[in-house]
Amino acid sequence: MTTSSASGDRKGLLIDFTLCIGCEACMQGCREANDLEVPPPGAPPPEALNAENYTIVLPHEVNGETVYVRHLCMHCAEPACVSACPVAALTKRDDGAVVYDGDLCFGCRYCMIACPFHVPRYTWSKAVPVVRKCILCYHRLDEDREPACAAACPTGATRFGPRDLLLRIARERIRTQPERYTDHIYGEHEAGGTDVLMLAPAKFAALGHDAQVPHRALPELTWFVQKRIPWVIVTGSVLLGGIHWVVHRRMQLAKEGADDPATGGASGAHSGEGS
Amino acid sequence: MRIEPRKLITPGRVIIAIILGVGFFLTVRRFALGLGAATNLSDQAPWGLWIGFDVVSGVALAAGGFTMAFLAHIAGDRTLHPLVRPAILTAFLGYLLVIFGLIYDLGKPWNMPHIFYSWNHHSAMFEVAWCVILYTTVLFLEFLPMVFERFRVEKAMRIIRIVQIPIFIAGIVLSTLHQSSLGSLFLLVPGKLHPLWWTRYLPILFFFSAIAVGISMVMFESFVSSHFLKRGLELRLLSRMGQYLVAADLLYLILRVQDLTARGVWDLAFTGSTESIAFLIEMGLYLTPIVLLASARRRRQPGFLFAGALAGVLALVANRINVSLVGMMGASGASYFPSWQEFWISATLVLAAALAFGLAARYLPVFTAHEEPA
Repeated sequence: MTTSSASGDRKGLLIDFTLCIGCEACMQGCREANDLEVPPPGAPPPEALNAENYTIVLPHEVNGETVYVRHLCMHCAEPACVSACPVAALTKRDDGAVVYDGDLCFGCRYCMIACPFHVPRYTWSKAVPVVRKCILCYHRLDEDREPACAAACPTGATRFGPRDLLLRIARERIRTQPERYTDHIYGEHEAGGTDVLMLAPAKFAALGHDAQVPHRALPELTWFVQKRIPWVIVTGSVLLGGIHWVVHRRMQLAKEGADDPATGGASGAHSGEGS
Repeated sequence: MRIEPRKLITPGRVIIAIILGVGFFLTVRRFALGLGAATNLSDQAPWGLWIGFDVVSGVALAAGGFTMAFLAHIAGDRTLHPLVRPAILTAFLGYLLVIFGLIYDLGKPWNMPHIFYSWNHHSAMFEVAWCVILYTTVLFLEFLPMVFERFRVEKAMRIIRIVQIPIFIAGIVLSTLHQSSLGSLFLLVPGKLHPLWWTRYLPILFFFSAIAVGISMVMFESFVSSHFLKRGLELRLLSRMGQYLVAADLLYLILRVQDLTARGVWDLAFTGSTESIAFLIEMGLYLTPIVLLASARRRRQPGFLFAGALAGVLALVANRINVSLVGMMGASGASYFPSWQEFWISATLVLAAALAFGLAARYLPVFTAHEEPA
């Protein structure tokens, strides 16, 4: 895609559900870093991502034990949302963050349709709405600070670093502790690879993560068609011009032939319905 | 001789006034309070009736313009000339309806001009937006001769006759791109759109189904305008159009069946799920015009022609709704049904377009057969 860089420069998050204790410090850190609404005390916890929660932690019961599962933007290497946005309001930065410019956006919400992970949210109740999703705290990255969720995590369940390094760590954990992990690094191949990687003690499908996400970069599906547009314009114009010329030339000849009794029969046979 | 005083208030006009009046109120409400207050859209169902019907179906229902321009002006079926102007008027008004539909649906429609300088040519939506802009302009140029002729602007008429064929060709090429690009929108979502509809050939299927519905719409609108504008019915032309409709629907169904078979998803059509039922209804509607109009004898009967045309229109709407709403529902995990306000505003837009058609038909030479320069 347009803006992705070599994977070596890209940073991301490794989220290990087996280390998560469900303290929700990441959610609080995220709210503070991104000026999101703080829920009133006693409010029920969010059950899904929403415009005021770029990330959430949901408990799942697996074999009698509680697994805490984080959800957030996966920061795809080749994001479907970035390829979908007609006005380039969504972009993939060299450091990995997929970011959004609400001033450019005109609100078609194609990014929400396009995202294979069902992540982008919309401020539906606002008269001037915007898309909301995790932006990997790129404003903090610009100051050489790690994303707020990673900084807030007390157990190391969320860790920030270069994707290559995080992937090596994830593989190492699965290799050394196969009984602890399901043999699947979520985000290694999903949607062609993402800069957020996840490790889990059980199958991701059982933990509320979409296991049906295709293992290919999605923008290529559209580009396969879009790149042929110039060809369609040129071929189409020439073809239509050609058909018009041939058809009308025949009609003209038929008319002249009809006017001239000597050749009328012959040319008349060539024209007519078949053309 | 006594002239009957024309009644100002008729039941029909009262209904029209109520629909437009409430529609105006809902419009103010939509922009004052936002999409959340007007629609049943949600994070799980970000696209609804306004996209599925007003925009995605609306563009296809305007396909009569380019289909007739091709048949009559490029392929040289001169018998069809009287049907070209009504088709172009419908297409022009249809595209204006689409633009208005977008203004309602977009979160920040005042940012639409960003499409002019902030480009992303990888996006199918970028192509869609540009096609809307360019083809609406072309349709305006195709519509202009009716205005020039009415006001006898001879000089402008001469100029527009010279560029007429290039304009028609530009319109057909842009339509080819636009109709197919609406299918391309859904190429990005192989994991989300139900396999009965997701295929790499979506752009091609959208294009061929647009041709079929273009023909259906021209027939349908002939019936409607002959009824409301008290015009005679050009049965001979409609019968010929019926022939084209059967051919176009057959071609589309062959492509569709071929694709479904190649991907081996036929078993999904008979599971009894919402998707399978929606799919079977759509297929039934596509078969209907073929069954009704295959015989030349029936193609001479207005009842069959009307039913065939109507089925052709409904088949297209079913397909577009299935792709953009029904087929996307399973993956979203939420059910969406439009709010009454969404229905009302859609009805307001369709009514406004129909009224504009009536006005144009009354004051402009839409139905008068015009001489074609050779």
